[in-house]
Amino acid sequence: MARFGMVIDTAKCVGCMDCVVACKTENNVPEGFNRDWITTEVHGTFPTVQMEIRSERCNQCATPPCVYSCPTGASHVHDVGGIVLVTKEECIGCKACIASCPYDARFIHPEGYADKCTFCIHRVEAGMDPACVAVCPTHCMHFGDLDDPNSPVSKLLASRKHHSLMPEAGTQPSIFYLT
Amino acid sequence: MNVISRRRFLKISGVTAGVAAAGAGVLKGSQLLSSSDMMESQGTRRIPTFCDICFWKCGAIATVKDGKLWKIEGNPEDPLSRGRLCPRGTGGIGAHFDPDRLRAPLIRRNDRGKEEWVEVTWDEALDFIAVKMQAIKKSYGPESVAFFSHGIGGNFFKHTLKAFGTPNISAPSFAQCRGPRDVGFRLTFGEDVSSPERTDIANAQCLVLMGSHLGENMHNTQVQEFAEGVGKGATIIVVDPRFSVAASKAKHYLPIKPGTDLALLLAWMNVIVKEELYDKEYVKQYGFGFEQFAASLAEYTPAWAYVETGIEPERIVETAREMARFKPSTLVHPGRHVTWYGDDTQRSRAIALLNALLGSWGRKGGFYTPASMDVPAYPYPDYPKSVRGKVDNPDHRYPFAHETITNGIREATITGKPYPVKGWFVYATNLLHALPNEEETIHAIQNLDLLVVIDVIPSEIAGWADVVLPESVYLERHDDLNVEWFREPFIGLRQPVVESPHDQKPNWWMAKRLAEKLGLGHFYPWKTIEEYFEQRLSAGGYSLETLKKQGIIRGAKQPIYFDDGVPAEFPTPSGKIEFYSLQLAQAGFDPVPRYTRPPAGPPGSFRLLYGRSPVHSFSRTQSNRILSDMMDENEVWINADIVRRYGLKDGEYIRLKNQDNVISNRIKVKATERIRPECVYMVHGFGHTARGLKHPFMKGASDAQLLTRYAVDPLMGGTGMNVNFVTIEPEAAHG
Repeated sequence: MARFGMVIDTAKCVGCMDCVVACKTENNVPEGFNRDWITTEVHGTFPTVQMEIRSERCNQCATPPCVYSCPTGASHVHDVGGIVLVTKEECIGCKACIASCPYDARFIHPEGYADKCTFCIHRVEAGMDPACVAVCPTHCMHFGDLDDPNSPVSKLLASRKHHSLMPEAGTQPSIFYLT
Repeated sequence: MNVISRRRFLKISGVTAGVAAAGAGVLKGSQLLSSSDMMESQGTRRIPTFCDICFWKCGAIATVKDGKLWKIEGNPEDPLSRGRLCPRGTGGIGAHFDPDRLRAPLIRRNDRGKEEWVEVTWDEALDFIAVKMQAIKKSYGPESVAFFSHGIGGNFFKHTLKAFGTPNISAPSFAQCRGPRDVGFRLTFGEDVSSPERTDIANAQCLVLMGSHLGENMHNTQVQEFAEGVGKGATIIVVDPRFSVAASKAKHYLPIKPGTDLALLLAWMNVIVKEELYDKEYVKQYGFGFEQFAASLAEYTPAWAYVETGIEPERIVETAREMARFKPSTLVHPGRHVTWYGDDTQRSRAIALLNALLGSWGRKGGFYTPASMDVPAYPYPDYPKSVRGKVDNPDHRYPFAHETITNGIREATITGKPYPVKGWFVYATNLLHALPNEEETIHAIQNLDLLVVIDVIPSEIAGWADVVLPESVYLERHDDLNVEWFREPFIGLRQPVVESPHDQKPNWWMAKRLAEKLGLGHFYPWKTIEEYFEQRLSAGGYSLETLKKQGIIRGAKQPIYFDDGVPAEFPTPSGKIEFYSLQLAQAGFDPVPRYTRPPAGPPGSFRLLYGRSPVHSFSRTQSNRILSDMMDENEVWINADIVRRYGLKDGEYIRLKNQDNVISNRIKVKATERIRPECVYMVHGFGHTARGLKHPFMKGASDAQLLTRYAVDPLMGGTGMNVNFVTIEPEAAHG
């Protein structure tokens, strides 16, 4: 079984938000909402400053609290790649998933259902990368199968220092940041 | 002498074009990705074109689904986008859907600037303009109509206005942007850096950025190459009073005092010459006046520069040696928007000279020699000769200006000297945000008999127009062919993807129709724009059908480095790289750059700096709802310690007051460790006051409004704009 994930190289990322814009047009994300976003972490005092810029989104967790908290089963683990998806017809907009997500990755779509990153499953199933990965002008984003030790994402993780977000939350995120 | 060097440059450019054409075979159809044909199914159509959200002109493929524009992506065949657009380009579809767009031609019905209009037909608008133009021509001559343009879309209006008889064709991209750089490099190497810049960032082993904030400034290919360089472990040196995104990728970040870059450049050259770290063979073979140059550097020691720049002498020496270690693959980037302090040409010349010492001009990892396809211009009749010459630069007051000076036209419009200017055409540039000192621009406008603004959005300058002509956005129109000078030669086509939603028209249609109304129809022998393309392309041996299908026709790659056989020619008066410039000396300027300390601001004030956001282009994209969702207003960056001392909070609204008591719109404080304490910074293009820009109206502050002062570059007339100072005003006093 494949487990889809992303490996994002923070050394290359410039935080330009192209990933955010491409997601918005690809998925028709309505005005005022985004499925991904940029976080900039600054440490130190001028002029001795360190900065990490990250493209963030739903972490497509292997133990997803949003799925466990969903009362209707709308939030579920897809049988391809272990992606967490929402069946919008089954969603009642109760926001339990939003409360349970440590990454604040979900929002209520103006049409009333919980929405978030899908890893562009419609593109992935057609053999393409997610829109954010495909657009990135710095080529800092990589998508692939974390369970395949020969995939480019696994090789990057094996060869470079990396971290994930809030590993202590126990959600087993599928997005990793190279430092 | 300047004229001679220009002529030689043109001659050599011509030769290069010929060489390029001889080797430039068209790629066979089968060698090209048929990406445009890939997804013709399921109600989607993919149409290649090129972007217009900035001037970079990236090749793109737009997707229309069920008749509606869905998305736009980079064209993999395009050498500029390399298959990936920047965030602005990706969000470009928002320009088509923008509810604030201009919809129909407008004629003013009240005082200028009141933004009160009557909607008219195209014939009424163009007749009105033609009558006014003929009246100006009769009373003052055709030169009294001037043009301010931006980007490739201005080409056809340029043609109509030249046919009308005016030589006063300008763009703020010269005197408000890249002009000093191009003059500085031309004085040194005899050639411009041009656009897209001939910088070989991808192959640079050491990249030096002085105030260039690549990554925030999204010139697509440059940012892609920058990230490539970072990935390959290139040594990055960033000089900036602000800890930019690029600074966060740098091995060496030098937090320089604003305005002192030339001191650092001179000290670097002092070290490289004194320690004999320069490319001796290159300098000996190609250099002119090296001895005099070297002697004049003696006083500019690292210890001296420390006092000016705040950069420790050891770090100056260390970074100079680092640059020399990687020569000639060390690229000291020339920047683009370099109108900062009024000494910008000499600073740019110092950058050129540092590159010359490192031997990087013409070398891999430095500056390559661009190639282009041979696509002849359309064989139009000759333009009428102007009797009076250009109005912007009387008596060659700015002897090295090789393009028209926008602020020179503005000044002539105010003073009526050397002759009156009575008509302005403004195409796709928001002059009130592009030129410093709004009051002077408005003063000049009061002297006009005709102000025509052609744009897609109701910008601030459109608010002052007599006639506003609404243009189709780039996704709805053709434009001139993009025959680019670049790393490899190619031709790009812009073609309509969707129809204009209202009564907007493409610029070529307006310019042609206006020419016909002026009795200049013979300057447009073609009926449709496709006829124009056919003529030019077939003259070069290329097919319009292929171009329509692929969006791009690429030529064969040419040698681009001296080491690969590009002749090392320098079209300067000496035919060499001019370390010492006789033409500068003869014109009364420093033959080798010399440093003057920039004047300090009033006590308690902060120097106002401005820059770019990756999600906006100038003041032209804030009403694009996709891009405004990324960034809706700007913030003022203030050093966190200053914020504490002033008792302010991060995110709190304040106002800025400049040295001339101009008070900005409210703007949020960004308390940050990423900037020196004596300056503040904001992204340009916000704080809109045009009422038609409903979405971005009064969001954030306009830097342009605060730029009441400017320092004119004595060599070329550019306006240095980092010479304004502000104090912090609490919002409560103004709210």
